Amino acid sequence: MITAGIDMGSRTVKVVLLEEIKVEGAPQLKYAIKKTHIMMPGDLDPDQAAEKVYDDVLTGAGLKRDQVSAVFATGAGRKQVAFATEGITEMTAGAKGASYMFPLARTVVDVGAEEGRGMKTDEQGRAVDFAGNEKCAAGAGSFAEAMSRALQMNLKEFGEASLLSDKSIPMNAQCTVFAESEVVSLIHSATPKNDIAKAVLDAVASRVCAMVRRVGIEGEVVLIGGMVHNAGFVQSLKNAMGVDKISLPDMPEYISALGCALIAAERQH
Amino acid sequence: MHNKYPSEPLKLWKKAKELREQYYLNYARAKDNGGLRWSGSAWALDALPAGLGEDVYSLTGEPYAAAVSHDRKFAKECMDAAESYGFARDLCSYMRIYWGGMHLDKYLFGGKFPKPDFIFQSQICCSHSKWYQHVAVAEQVPQFYVDVGVGPYKDLTDARLDYVVGQLNEGIEFLEQSTGRKFNDELFIRAVKNEMRSTSRWADICALNKVKPAPLDEKTMYSLYVLATLSKSSQWCADFYDELYEEVKDRVARGIAAVPNESVRMMSDTQPPWSFLKIFRYLETFGAVSIGSLYTFALEGIWETKPDGTWGGRTLPWNKGIEINDRQTALRLYADWNLSKPQWQHFYDPRIKTEMMLRIVKEWQVDGVMLHLNRGCEGLSLGIMENRMGIAKAGVPIMTYEGNMGDEREFDEVRTQARVDAFMEQLGQRRQAA
Repeated sequence: MITAGIDMGSRTVKVVLLEEIKVEGAPQLKYAIKKTHIMMPGDLDPDQAAEKVYDDVLTGAGLKRDQVSAVFATGAGRKQVAFATEGITEMTAGAKGASYMFPLARTVVDVGAEEGRGMKTDEQGRAVDFAGNEKCAAGAGSFAEAMSRALQMNLKEFGEASLLSDKSIPMNAQCTVFAESEVVSLIHSATPKNDIAKAVLDAVASRVCAMVRRVGIEGEVVLIGGMVHNAGFVQSLKNAMGVDKISLPDMPEYISALGCALIAAERQH
Repeated sequence: MHNKYPSEPLKLWKKAKELREQYYLNYARAKDNGGLRWSGSAWALDALPAGLGEDVYSLTGEPYAAAVSHDRKFAKECMDAAESYGFARDLCSYMRIYWGGMHLDKYLFGGKFPKPDFIFQSQICCSHSKWYQHVAVAEQVPQFYVDVGVGPYKDLTDARLDYVVGQLNEGIEFLEQSTGRKFNDELFIRAVKNEMRSTSRWADICALNKVKPAPLDEKTMYSLYVLATLSKSSQWCADFYDELYEEVKDRVARGIAAVPNESVRMMSDTQPPWSFLKIFRYLETFGAVSIGSLYTFALEGIWETKPDGTWGGRTLPWNKGIEINDRQTALRLYADWNLSKPQWQHFYDPRIKTEMMLRIVKEWQVDGVMLHLNRGCEGLSLGIMENRMGIAKAGVPIMTYEGNMGDEREFDEVRTQARVDAFMEQLGQRRQAA
């Protein structure tokens, strides 16, 4: 049996095709990721983006639509995946995917472009409590991206630069718009870029950490979402949460799509 | 959608709407026959102005502003007016709407904004006194404030009660001096009794919602509890709640559900975003009914712990053999009655509110709690994250969403729906086809 999970995020669309593997006598079902695909929608409207990404992944896997038992969608644009069998929220999908990758995960932190959120999970990978940022972008990837632009760096350079700093400069502004002004002030006061990058990522981490603390930090902590690729942010988050280790999946941006495909598979039984 | 229970509309719905509309028209037309108008909050001790005569009409600010916020265009106009006057956008949204309407000189129910003859207000919420102080200054009318912030009811002492009663006596002098009318003890005592009847009976009605299926849903309750916020000391309000109690009791006896597909029971907190009450209808698509909240139950409802340990409407003094025949007895009992108001307790300590919320969770068989982080009301949002922590610690599923009771610019409908979706998944609920 093959199922698909599509994560229609605000910046990228991610899809995972999952295949159930039958193992005689195995105590539980096993799955293998058959194919993944990611795309930036660019000029496509969200409906077309979903269609295109799904067709691309099927072509890549040599499959046709009728060979897929169920397609579950998640993400901010999940309601625009017209061909999805069912839509589920990012909290449920993220918690499921992270727990599949790290069975001992009890705290899942998801920082994507638009939202940051923290989930408390149980042993079945269900989200039993959650908290997220509201209309403010200050706890999300787009905040870091906006600040990296102000420093004329790409995100990778931005994260790496922050690791070279040992300074702790508090960012007073909680709002992206005002924080950008603060970054400009730091630039004008000749603050090294590395220190500014660390200040920004510390600020995002602090906001995210405050959200996660609302649900409580327990057990293994897993970070998912695009910000996993930002090594500076991971370090800042570790410091803010006061934990020795944050587990990072290999394909962090696919975890919610994976969770979707897993739930789709479970619902077929 | 699979219906588990029978449902039918509330018979008294139309009457509740008519009484509410009549209240606002009475205020506007008070001068036609030489009557008096006064303004204050829904927590004003309105039995006192009732002692000035039977032609005395009030405009309580919060329910008026909530009514305005249903009219999104006019609400925005009012808030723009208040903000252009120089008031900050993060102030109480009810206050900004009221002020804006006053400065625009436009009344929601038609015509010019009716000017009050005086302000009579209690003071416990951080905004209330400043709200009506500005009204009094702008309209050039006399004002009187009763400080009721004497600490939690469980710690009430004679000295604290004396402090409030002393102010009420001064309030009577103010009413007489500012209107030139003689205070009528008989009318006052009748109003005190009406208020006790209204607020205790409303609690009794809410207590009927403990059963499954709930005979009332919170969206409907908003149109019913509002009458006590308008005129809790009036005969018509007390009589209406008696009538409503009988109807709801009958619904319970016949197993009539407010939400026919009820499968999960929710509790909210604080005022909802009034122009987006459809969020409650959205809950129903998951089979979720909001059975009420500390806000709906106890903004006006007066409660007590019954001998079996459960919550119910506070016993009326005369049912305990205490007669109210003179002004001082009435003032003292009236002050004591109001100081026991559950919604006043959290101003002193959020843990008191958490305890009451957990009581509702238990007695009303609540499966999940939905807290509105209401940016429009500092008073009722005070300590709400402490409440969240206490409820979560007790193992009760809980979600929060941000918004504003009166200012829709601070409410994100799509994001709130996404939160509800996630919470329903957490509770194991799936959306049912409409």
